[in-house]
Amino acid sequence: MEFFFEVLIGGLLAGVMYSLVAIGFVLIYKASGVFNFAQGAMVLFAALTFVSLLERGLPFWGAFLVTLTSMVVLALLIERAVLRPLVNRPPIILFMATLGLSYMIEGLAQALWGAQVHGLELGIPDEPLEIHGMLISQFDLFAAGTAALLVIVLSFLFNRTRIGLSLRAVADDPLASLAVGIRLPRIWAVVWAAAGFVGLVAGLLWGARLGVQFSLSLVVLKALPVLIIGGFSSIGGAIVGGLIIGAAEKIAEIYLGPIIGSGIENWVPYVLALVFLLVRPAGLFGERAIERV
Amino acid sequence: MLYQEAGQLARRYAAERRIFRLRQDRIGLLLLLVFAFVGVPWLGNDYWFSAILIPFMVLSLAGLGLNLLTGFAGQLSLGSAAFMAVGAFAAYNLQLRVAGMPLLLSFALGGVIAGLVALVFGLPSLRIKGFYLLVSTLAAQFVVEWVLTRFSWFTNDNASGVITSPPLIIAGVDFSSPQGRYLLTLGLLVLLFWLGKNLVRSELGRNWMAVRDMDTAAAVIGIRLLKAKLLAFAISGFYLGIAGSLWAFAYLGTVEPHGFDLSRSFQVLFIIIIGGLGSVLGNFLGAAFIVLFPILLGNLSALLPVGVIDSGQLENLQKVLFGALIIVFLIKEPEGLARLWQRFRLRLRVWPLRY
Amino acid sequence: MTAVAPVPLLTLDDISLSFKGVKAVTSISFAVATGEICALIGPNGAGKSSLLNVINGVYQAQSGSITYAGQTRHHMRPHQAAEGGIARTFQNIALFKGMSVLDNVLTGRNLKRRSTWIEQMLRIGRAGAEDDEQREHAERVIEFLRIHPWRHALVGKLSYGLQKRVELARALAAEPRLLLLDEPMAGMNAQEKLEMSQFIRDINRELGTTVVLIEHDIGVVMGLSDHVVVLDYGRKIGDGTPEQVRNNPEVIAAYLGTRRSQPARSQ
Repeated sequence: MEFFFEVLIGGLLAGVMYSLVAIGFVLIYKASGVFNFAQGAMVLFAALTFVSLLERGLPFWGAFLVTLTSMVVLALLIERAVLRPLVNRPPIILFMATLGLSYMIEGLAQALWGAQVHGLELGIPDEPLEIHGMLISQFDLFAAGTAALLVIVLSFLFNRTRIGLSLRAVADDPLASLAVGIRLPRIWAVVWAAAGFVGLVAGLLWGARLGVQFSLSLVVLKALPVLIIGGFSSIGGAIVGGLIIGAAEKIAEIYLGPIIGSGIENWVPYVLALVFLLVRPAGLFGERAIERV
Repeated sequence: MLYQEAGQLARRYAAERRIFRLRQDRIGLLLLLVFAFVGVPWLGNDYWFSAILIPFMVLSLAGLGLNLLTGFAGQLSLGSAAFMAVGAFAAYNLQLRVAGMPLLLSFALGGVIAGLVALVFGLPSLRIKGFYLLVSTLAAQFVVEWVLTRFSWFTNDNASGVITSPPLIIAGVDFSSPQGRYLLTLGLLVLLFWLGKNLVRSELGRNWMAVRDMDTAAAVIGIRLLKAKLLAFAISGFYLGIAGSLWAFAYLGTVEPHGFDLSRSFQVLFIIIIGGLGSVLGNFLGAAFIVLFPILLGNLSALLPVGVIDSGQLENLQKVLFGALIIVFLIKEPEGLARLWQRFRLRLRVWPLRY
Repeated sequence: MTAVAPVPLLTLDDISLSFKGVKAVTSISFAVATGEICALIGPNGAGKSSLLNVINGVYQAQSGSITYAGQTRHHMRPHQAAEGGIARTFQNIALFKGMSVLDNVLTGRNLKRRSTWIEQMLRIGRAGAEDDEQREHAERVIEFLRIHPWRHALVGKLSYGLQKRVELARALAAEPRLLLLDEPMAGMNAQEKLEMSQFIRDINRELGTTVVLIEHDIGVVMGLSDHVVVLDYGRKIGDGTPEQVRNNPEVIAAYLGTRRSQPARSQ
């Protein structure tokens, strides 16, 4: 039983890492209805830029600030060159545009900084802590704490500031918010920049765990089932979805893996998400819209 | 002046219904087919067959498969490569395990099995829509890849998980030479495109487009949504399955499950975005673009002095340009190259006048 | 006016519908006689469109029953309605925007097909002859509604008034017994409204189609319909001939005579 809880807690903590990527998605989806496949590429770009600056001798916070600035610039460019010309087009077109975007960002990141694997040391101890006889990774605890902090910051941003208010208005009814004078392009730029910031945090944590390399951009594939379970438009849902996926993945790996073989962590989240969908087609926290005809 | 249409009025609906209503277009198509079946095998060399023409044709076919599902029936899919893999591995095992199995029959049955697998992953499409459906096709992508890697039965216990093409012999004639593989692919391509074109102009094709454009209204006029969607998944899977067999056996010769990974699915999706969603012709244009673009870029960079662009950077550059092109197409010409071609043809029909 | 047949084609009995606890329609009953033009009127939000959606199965009522052509059901399903000969237009045009006018109209006839998709794909069997029949019938509908100049145009590129007409053509192509029209004249000018009422009357008289329509323009409604049902806040407050409804004090109070009335406009 203790072993089971150890596995469960390990899985839950790992799930927080998925939530981190998923939150970036939710921000953008809420504000602009865009399903941003390029979120993974943004994670890669941020991590690669950060680690390369670090290797060129910049101090931690210097590298952090420069990377953050470049993410904001990237967000502004995306808003101007991609989102604005595609305004009012069907969601499927915008999704495909983000596929193109992810190719561009990945290519750009590797053209700038090269394709080799970089190690990233954040100075977080990696030996496991022993709590009640269970071994729990300190790194995972740190990641969970960071995610919690991020959620608090974001909810402050959305609930207490003017820009957050506009953002929620936009999410609720884009037309009406246009009518009351909210400038959509600015909101989009802000949201993409915020998603870039989330991507940077996720990139640092994922990079420290896996090494900074191309496969970071594939975490987007882990975030998708998380979003499906949590619903595309709920930050809370992204957290809960991440926890469910993380735990299920670990439990399946430990208990199901020996029976049917290794490598199942690639598809277990998807099958789980499918089962969830069949029960709740709009995710755990998403609302199903009434179709008006 | 090329197109003298005077007097070519359709007098019966059957005449107007023809795929190529104008005599010039029919003659043009006939010439093209004669050239493809007789001229090209005679003129072409092995490099052209193996590196350009065969992959171009197979990818066109895969594009058509996905286009039926996504461009016509409006169901977004990121699992194309999985269905290609099912087709290829099913055909391989049929050849291997059923004595006297004719090659073409194993391709066809491989397509049928791929269609059935696609149908299973299409089942959720009645309850879930749009992006949520991505999860079903992505599940197909990962589950199929895992199953084919995990159970070595599918690869006949090959140590490196690779399958090798069966002898390409049809009715005693050997098609293993580059020319033969070209002709085999071409023959299937022409047949399947003809069927596909008929299909999208039939009642089912119209029902698909109705489901794509407005599913509530489609249900109200009596279209069975589940049937239309499942048929789209199954027929799309059939086409992709055959494309998979051709990819494995007529193009590559040997293939492993990871040859049909997610990036292959993206490749097929890009073909239909660039070629044109909801277009039959567009699949050729998109596939030609996908095949020729890297070659062209490689040749261009070879003109630069040695060392200016190394091969790694070339690949990055290719990715950036590719992504940019997709965005440009979506912004400027969402109907793809097919739409550009249509405009060009309209111009040609009235040339030398302006309209 | 068409003689009112004794047997109703459609009877709604005690229909109630709510969305997440908000009542849209509350215990409504009325009957539509075979061959009549029946108008549903009432202010915005009175539940008229919801009621049409219940009749052809887009929404499913929580309680009550629907009797159509002698068959009683708790719910109608969209394809049951279509197969039973109920066709429909929508308040906000629901055409297939990526298809031509002709293809939209042909799609309306999809239930008249007997050949399978395999026959059609291989171009064998009944497919070819059937293509011609379908096309001939579709052309008759297109001529009838005078949209033939645009038959090969994409519907998304047509004007609003024309799109409304194409949508009517698509419904008509199914050779319906019962035609449900949701604000067929919304947003039209006087001339277009006149044409549209003429079409509706012709359909009713020449083809014998029973019509249920929603319309805000009281003048049009009174001139066109045999039977008027008045809704307000999801309840039925009037039911009878145009004369009876015009003189019904409750209707006058609730709809025609008060400040809440919004004739001839909708969104």
